[in-house]
Amino acid sequence: MKHESIEINAGLLIILTLVVISIGGLVEIVPLFHIKNTVEEVKGVRPYTPLELRGRDLYIREGCYACHSQMVRPFRDEMLRYGHYSLAAESKYDHPFQWGSKRTGPDIARLGGKYSDEWHTQHLIRPQNVVPESIMPAYPWLAQNELKYDDIEKRMKALKMTGVPYSLTEEEYQANVAEYGKEMADKLHIPNAKATLEAEATSRNWDGDKSRITEMDAMVAYLQMLGTLVDFKQYEQGYFASFR
Amino acid sequence: MTNPTNKSKQVETTGHVWDGDLREYNNPLPNWWLWAFYATIVFSIIYWVIYPAWPVGKSFTRGIATVTVEENGQTKEMPWNSRSQLIAEMQSSPAAVKQREYIEKVAAASYEEIFANPDMMAFARSMAKGYFGDYCAACHGQGGQGNLPFFPNLADDDWLWGGQVEQIQVSLQAGRKGNMPAFPNIQGQALDDLASYVLSLSGEAVDAAAAERGKQGYAMCMGCHGAEGKGNPMLGAANLTDKAWSVINIPAAGSIEEKKKLVAGVINKGIAREMPAFGNRLKPEEIKMLTVYVHELGGGK
Ligand code: HEC
Ligand code: HEC
Ligand code: HEC
Repeated sequence: MKHESIEINAGLLIILTLVVISIGGLVEIVPLFHIKNTVEEVKGVRPYTPLELRGRDLYIREGCYACHSQMVRPFRDEMLRYGHYSLAAESKYDHPFQWGSKRTGPDIARLGGKYSDEWHTQHLIRPQNVVPESIMPAYPWLAQNELKYDDIEKRMKALKMTGVPYSLTEEEYQANVAEYGKEMADKLHIPNAKATLEAEATSRNWDGDKSRITEMDAMVAYLQMLGTLVDFKQYEQGYFASFR
Repeated sequence: MTNPTNKSKQVETTGHVWDGDLREYNNPLPNWWLWAFYATIVFSIIYWVIYPAWPVGKSFTRGIATVTVEENGQTKEMPWNSRSQLIAEMQSSPAAVKQREYIEKVAAASYEEIFANPDMMAFARSMAKGYFGDYCAACHGQGGQGNLPFFPNLADDDWLWGGQVEQIQVSLQAGRKGNMPAFPNIQGQALDDLASYVLSLSGEAVDAAAAERGKQGYAMCMGCHGAEGKGNPMLGAANLTDKAWSVINIPAAGSIEEKKKLVAGVINKGIAREMPAFGNRLKPEEIKMLTVYVHELGGGK
């Protein structure tokens, strides 16, 4: 085919451009679906419970990712400040993952357990209450708004379609019991979702007010589990390097 | 380029003609550009050989670069990647080696030895200052000044759970839950009297007769705060006889009425505060250095 005939035919030019770019894309992306050994085999990673999942949705709704990353990179200074670097396996049930790329605030991949529930509540209502020099915006409505969770089952079903092992059938439930234990498997069972969420919200004094289920309850529950699933003491450092 | 008869450069045109007379020179690429382009190709081939690069089936080429790391006391070669590189850096970068020398010294020393050794003290202080900023300042404030009623002051010599190094270490290691039950049934005159009595313990100018009447009600509080109100570090019960307040901010309250209101609020609502445990997040020597730091902040008992 002559150069000229491509150049003067816009439709053909577009099609051929797409073909060339797709070849590049396919070569780069497709092999990654087959390389299983870059996702670390670690114990403990599980899907979010219903309350945590709603918290995560709120995290996305409020745009927290614009200022916070959830990705500790494998550098010495980051290890010293934040803790163990993030593993691919830790975000395998995250759709979409919240690695982020901008750190106006600190990385929060290892936040769980660092502060108390009360601190998070006060901090989100008005960050300057606890950190006078903070430039983080306030989110007071989280403590006021009732949490909307009548669609929680649908949200879990949608994630299930992407491969997150929430259970619908008895068989799937039993598989979760084997994998995560009965207590957690109950929480991951979609037909129970509403009751599970209510029980989670009232089982702990998340936002200091047990009488209502607020968005703050969900947000704090989410923040308090971040980065806590894998027990890094069980593994030699070299183990994780073998997946790269 | 509108002039096809320009022969000064002797460059061919591509042969395309637009609009009847618009032509395009077919200039070769500049040499510097071409060679830079070939250099990138050579570079990438060398890179593929040295570093992890190409997917092959279910795995990928790992490259010939290696990193020497230590595992279980043995040195070992690992293929290069950012993670093995990190292990090596944590083990043997100059900064890590220099730091480890001190950290090992501090880890092996007792608190008395650290306090007695200016070198170790200087190191512990500067390390702990960083940890304090990362892990503690969000609650206790940059200088440890606290933030009442949520988080107590660490920079005074008044402690809920005790100010000896062993006690501070436990506070950090295992966390603390400060719990005072609520007494919603104490109301009206009795509440006012009891609040007066509590304030009189630390020498606030309250009505003496009211304080005297309130003494009776204090019987309910003795189990935790002690007969004389000196507190109990086993329970984290505050000392009520000193001027340092760790929950309610009495000094900031203007009038005696406001002060009474604060005390009454604590009596009616109780207190539930939590200091998170750091035993899992921080290494023992990090907790040790922080303990030294916090002890010093408070002028240490
Ligand atoms: C404009 C940028 C910005 C946005 C948006 C933002 N933050 Fe922050 N965040 C900060 C900064 C700056 C800090 C550090 C100062 C502080 O602690 O308040 C911070 C600190 C934090 C911390 C404490 C982290 C630590 O380890 O000390 C948490 C938790 C947090 N933010 C959660 C959130 C959540 C949840 C949202 C969304 C509702 C959010 N942030 C939105 C800027 C932001
Ligand atoms: C989430 C907030 C929070 C963080 C983070 C935090 N603390 Fe605390 N800390 C508290 C609270 C609340 C108390 C009071 C507990 C009580 O009411 O008895 C406390 C109590 C203490 C005490 C005991 C004080 C006393 O009077 O006996 C020490 C010591 C202490 N903290 C040190 C630290 C250090 C060091 C760090 C950082 C590693 C830290 N804290 C991080 C909230 C926090
Ligand atoms: C079960 C034990 C317990 C009993 C009973 C108790 N307290 Fe307390 N009290 C505490 C503890 C623990 C704290 C500190 C709470 C904290 O640090 O989070 C405290 C704190 C206080 C404070 C705040 C002190 C400060 O420094 O800010 C006041 C005031 C107080 N108590 C008054 C009383 C009175 C009055 C009574 C009796 C009606 C009483 N308490 C009964 C355990 C108790």
